[in-house]
Amino acid sequence: MSPIPQQAAILYTIPSWLPTDASAHGPALDHHLLLNLWLFLALATLAHLILLIGLIASRTVEPRNLWRVEYLPLAILTILFATLTIKAERLWAAARYTGASPAALQVEVTGMQFAWYFRYPGPDAIFGITRPQLVAPGEGNPLGIDPTDPHSADDTVTSELVLPSNREIDLRLRAQDVIHGFSIPELRLKQNAVPGQTIHIHFTPTTPGTYAILCTQLCGLGHYRMNATLRIVPPDEFATWLAEKQKAAKP
Amino acid sequence: MNPSNPTNPQKPNPATSPLLPVPYSLFPRLTDHRTIGLQYLALALISVTIGTLLSLLMRIHLVWPAWSLPLHGPILPEDYLALVTIHGTIMLFFVLTTAPQAGFGNLILPAQIGARSMAFPLLNAASFWLTALALIILLSSTFVPGGSAISGWTAYPPLSAVASAGPGQALGMDLWLASIALFAIASTASSINTLTTIIKNRCEGMTWDRLPLTVWGWFTAAILSIIAFSVLLAALLMLFCDRHAGTSFFLPAGNLVNGVLRTKGNGTPLLWLHLFWFFGHPEVYIAILPGMGLTSMLLANFSRRRVFAYRTMIITTLMIGFLGILLWGHHMFVAGLNPFASSAFSVTTIAIALPASAKVLSWLATVWRSKPQYTSAMLFSLGFVSLFITGGLTGPILAQPILDEYLHNTLFVVAHFHLIMAMAGIFALFAATYYWFPLITARSGKPGRLMSEPLGRLHFWLTFLGAYATFLPMHLTGLAGEPRHYSQLTGVPGPAGLLSPAGHLLAATLPLNRHITYAAIFLATAQILFFVNLIRSFRHGTFASQNPWQATTLEWHPVLHPNAPVEASETKVVVHRQPCEYLSAPATDSFLPQWIETADTKPE
Ligand SMILES: [Cu+2]
Ligand SMILES: [Cu+2]
Repeated sequence: MSPIPQQAAILYTIPSWLPTDASAHGPALDHHLLLNLWLFLALATLAHLILLIGLIASRTVEPRNLWRVEYLPLAILTILFATLTIKAERLWAAARYTGASPAALQVEVTGMQFAWYFRYPGPDAIFGITRPQLVAPGEGNPLGIDPTDPHSADDTVTSELVLPSNREIDLRLRAQDVIHGFSIPELRLKQNAVPGQTIHIHFTPTTPGTYAILCTQLCGLGHYRMNATLRIVPPDEFATWLAEKQKAAKP
Repeated sequence: MNPSNPTNPQKPNPATSPLLPVPYSLFPRLTDHRTIGLQYLALALISVTIGTLLSLLMRIHLVWPAWSLPLHGPILPEDYLALVTIHGTIMLFFVLTTAPQAGFGNLILPAQIGARSMAFPLLNAASFWLTALALIILLSSTFVPGGSAISGWTAYPPLSAVASAGPGQALGMDLWLASIALFAIASTASSINTLTTIIKNRCEGMTWDRLPLTVWGWFTAAILSIIAFSVLLAALLMLFCDRHAGTSFFLPAGNLVNGVLRTKGNGTPLLWLHLFWFFGHPEVYIAILPGMGLTSMLLANFSRRRVFAYRTMIITTLMIGFLGILLWGHHMFVAGLNPFASSAFSVTTIAIALPASAKVLSWLATVWRSKPQYTSAMLFSLGFVSLFITGGLTGPILAQPILDEYLHNTLFVVAHFHLIMAMAGIFALFAATYYWFPLITARSGKPGRLMSEPLGRLHFWLTFLGAYATFLPMHLTGLAGEPRHYSQLTGVPGPAGLLSPAGHLLAATLPLNRHITYAAIFLATAQILFFVNLIRSFRHGTFASQNPWQATTLEWHPVLHPNAPVEASETKVVVHRQPCEYLSAPATDSFLPQWIETADTKPE
């Protein structure tokens, strides 16, 4: 008794396979992805139909018309691929060609076998220096933050990523040991964290909720369980949470 | 034709004498190119069996995690990753690289260009035994302390560079490196051999535009092999030095793995990614180009048609080879590359879709309204076209960095390359086996045999359905966000020990994953038919005539045929036309072989 006719229902099956979309750039990405999927599904169907009809139909002389059979379809495909590429490039450029705005919230993400840690720079907006010699997870310093650096005093390290909705985030990604893949499917976000490098990505979370952070780059035997939780909360709730975290961190 | 050369009788015919004649005579059997081809095929058959069984263990573990492997116990996360690593390595290198290129290349290529042997027979034999040694070393890594490497077939450092990074990263990783290094040396040598043979040993009249498209596939793949494998070998040596000689090509200072701190050095893992994928992407064309050539030839043969746009097919083969070495960066869109570089690699990747599309158009045009003959070989070639289209069309999607940002390292990518490489690649190998079986089984004085056609057709349909049933749903679990290399999908704990959002995301893919596992078991089981057919036909298959498919190419020539009815020394092979020429009359014997048939060479 569904109002959607049977055929249309099938059309909506694949979109439902995409997880919810909770970022500002996500809907445009989804739209482009679905456009691609439907176009290529149509092309695959068309090619198979041509193959099947060609096999079933009675024998005729062999096709010789290069222009109609080869060049015209190739020209159409070239235009199609070029259009899709240009569209994709614009989305890519919008996401990656420039950095975050200075007003963006800074958060650092560090991947290590097999956990993600998140650091907020505190009121001074500067991350304290980390030294690998000082890394001591047992003593509560998994990132090796140098206590003698004045900027490190107000840094807050968490194992859960909490972000305010509708504010741009400037993430700096690092890895301590091996390459990890920082991925939040529901924010349509993925970037490897590479030892020795600090990689910036920026995005704006929109819909409040609880989402999965995965590791998508094979990083050792605990790869499958290297996950964390992202909580997107309204801005005022975020401010309260951060203040509480910072108070708890201060002795 | 005139058997002797009246102008210069002293000049040795390059088509009849190998370039390196002295040691050749010492090992006449071991250096025979047909023997070596068969040895490579046997090695690939063993490898594909092991690789398939390992993939089944992975699939079974994913949906029944509690299942305990007999004689081993439950599959631990490190066991799962070792399975992933060996499965990928063995399939990529020891099946998809060796079987089409060194296997069927050795078996068929010399005859197809009118040559009596490969250019360097001794080097050829050495390449095979090195490859066999590489396989033994790879498999032996299972039994060393810590087990086989767990860093996947791509072996990204620092995971692969530091012994403390996890199980298998000590001796297991060294064995992996040794195995692949030997394999790279063997492949380079074997490709130099292939290239030299094609350039020097072609018979009279075999001009470049008369070369069968299979030969063009082997030729282009050989060039790619030499370029790609030498870079891989350099990268492997660098990684070995990072592990044991204190260098820092791939490791930055301050790298802290499992309590082991690296204080000096200024390398970057990204260098490995560049070097590895500079090899890794051409590698997929090395695997698929001979299959593309064979498909063109078989579609034409069984349709009794010319290959549509023959010269364009030669050009697109070379274009795919050339573009194939310019687009490795599409594996690195989210690896930390400059985003402008990603845009450039995106364009070169999309560009390769055009010669690939031109090939598909030619295949469609060749069979268009041709009423072909549906032999098993033809069915597998048609299956190749279908899988190539379905698997290939997701390529442009993954070539767009913004879409790859979502799909990278998900099951969507696994679906893409398994359809196009694993399945289309294997379909070409099946087509080659059914088609060339009479040449595989023929000996001098003993005619070849045919494989059973009814069994072959059944094998095709089950494999075709199984391939789609297994790999199509992976697109959906990938779209749902399922990452690769996850040894567990249910009950994945979060940092607090409770079921995390990640656990929910993964568990949602479980129903489809169950289906994929059933389909994979079905697909693997269907291959028993192939083995039954193979073994049965070796002993009891019906005898084939000298040219059972009425093929136009020279491997069926009465002199070059393994069971030559004509005295080889008396007949000179001369080529008169392109392959795949047919008269337009609908009579069955309307094919025109590349050679001119004289009265005494006509098949009975
Ligand atoms: Cu990780
Ligand atoms: Cu991981």
